[in-house]
Amino acid sequence: MTAIRIGAGAGFSGDRIGPAVDLARRGELDFLIFECLAERTIAQAQLNRLSDSEGGFDPHLEARMRAVLPICQANGTRIISNMGAANPLAAARHVARLATELGVGGLCVAAVTGDDVLAYCRSALPDLDNGLNFADIAPRVISANAYIGAGPVVRALENGADVVLTGRVADPALFLAPLIHRFGWRMDDWDRLGKGTLAGHLLECAGQICGGYFADPGFNDVPDLANLGFPIGLIDAEGGVEITKLPGTGGAIRPATVKEQILYEILDPARYLQPDVIADFSNVAVEQIGPDHVRVTGATGHPRTGKVKATISYHDGYIGEGQISYAGPGAVARAELARSVIRQRLEPLGLREGRVDLIGVDALHGPLPGAAAAPNEVRLRAIGRSDDKDAASMIGQEVEALYTNGPAGGGGAWKSVRAAVSLCSALLDERVVDPDVTFYEAQPT
Amino acid sequence: MILRDIAHCRSGDKGNTLNIAVIARDPDDYDLLCREVTQERVAEFLRDKVKGRVTRYEVPTLGALNFVLEDALSGGVVGSLTLDTHGKSMSSALLGLPIGSSTDRDGG
Repeated sequence: MTAIRIGAGAGFSGDRIGPAVDLARRGELDFLIFECLAERTIAQAQLNRLSDSEGGFDPHLEARMRAVLPICQANGTRIISNMGAANPLAAARHVARLATELGVGGLCVAAVTGDDVLAYCRSALPDLDNGLNFADIAPRVISANAYIGAGPVVRALENGADVVLTGRVADPALFLAPLIHRFGWRMDDWDRLGKGTLAGHLLECAGQICGGYFADPGFNDVPDLANLGFPIGLIDAEGGVEITKLPGTGGAIRPATVKEQILYEILDPARYLQPDVIADFSNVAVEQIGPDHVRVTGATGHPRTGKVKATISYHDGYIGEGQISYAGPGAVARAELARSVIRQRLEPLGLREGRVDLIGVDALHGPLPGAAAAPNEVRLRAIGRSDDKDAASMIGQEVEALYTNGPAGGGGAWKSVRAAVSLCSALLDERVVDPDVTFYEAQPT
Repeated sequence: MILRDIAHCRSGDKGNTLNIAVIARDPDDYDLLCREVTQERVAEFLRDKVKGRVTRYEVPTLGALNFVLEDALSGGVVGSLTLDTHGKSMSSALLGLPIGSSTDRDGG
């Protein structure tokens, strides 16, 4: 049977749109899939929805759809995305309206809902991964969304959807769904579900498998990184997976880039927990079969756990931050003096947590082992959290005050204070999630 | 020699847990990786950042080791106050791990 061609059009919400347009034009794709919903994204989307009942979907939805919808419709390419974020219904209505405006008449847009488990959590009070119970944070909770599987996306495709918009769906399941739909895989065919999950996992970060996030000059050189292309997956009915990209695009698909992606965000490679299957990547092998063309074999799967993960976001006080730079001879010594002054001045605020780092010296990984050459410039970054917004604001104010009350030569002070949102997760019985699919149609032209 | 000479790394985050994949550039160096880049050495090297358990998984078909570092992100992406909230740069930190003498590379 002919392989299905799936393009990955985004690896995160803010991803570049040009490579997706190129894929839509030249990729001869059956499906173009946009994975745009990080763990942190849905909390902000839910806050947007609270202030606008027709809001709460991905802020780049319209720009992406404007760019690819007419091309995809002309080429017979169907679109799947989790850009529905906290409001898939409003997202689908928006895309149906947009399609009408663009003259893409008769377009069928499906919204997948049911990932929102906030009401269930409020009554069932599940235990959380951070050692607390839902009841401990209930008044501060913003959102609770379960990672749902491929099932409802398959249902949308079976009913003729040209565009499927979801909220929280397990990332690889966005890619697994069209495989189940096209090849008629059973939902207990663990081996093929495992292979299809690998395909989805390889594609879900878009440019990464093509050499994005890989270049390290002199060690891992990547050609024409500026024109990095996005990947195409060729998947057959048996679950065979090949990955390639369009000719003339930048980047490189090599065993090394593919191996990094296979293990990206993986804990136990033999047990990648998904709502539909436990995927097993422990015997996966990669083989280069042409320029920028690899074959990946050896994935399998095991029966799913029957549990789904839900990510819960909640208000967690305020974060205040201030930064200021020091340069020239003695830069580090003056920044160290500023750090001790700031610590002394912030001490009475009784911040819940806080830290003062010197960017260029110890901000990312702490003090360096062994002596390093003194940098010519260094930036102090003070940040802390408080339940009191005024106390959090004081952090930036105290950093700014280093201008006239601190060591010599501080420059470029900057400050901010923002409401903080934290995340935790709970494991729920899969039966508490009841996904639904709603269809909208663009007016015929 | 440091790890960067024979391997490349990629980190990813899940909540407050970080994974770092360590992949041999030359598959023949996989045994050397297994010998040198142990659970204990990684835990020791990253001790200032990782507060929880370190677990190593071996994937010989990829010539790769996958390290899972618990309580490594000061609360995870959204809650963390650190500059690199995802722990993305931790993979580069690990590439600085000193590893064996050149005689360890017999046949490599």
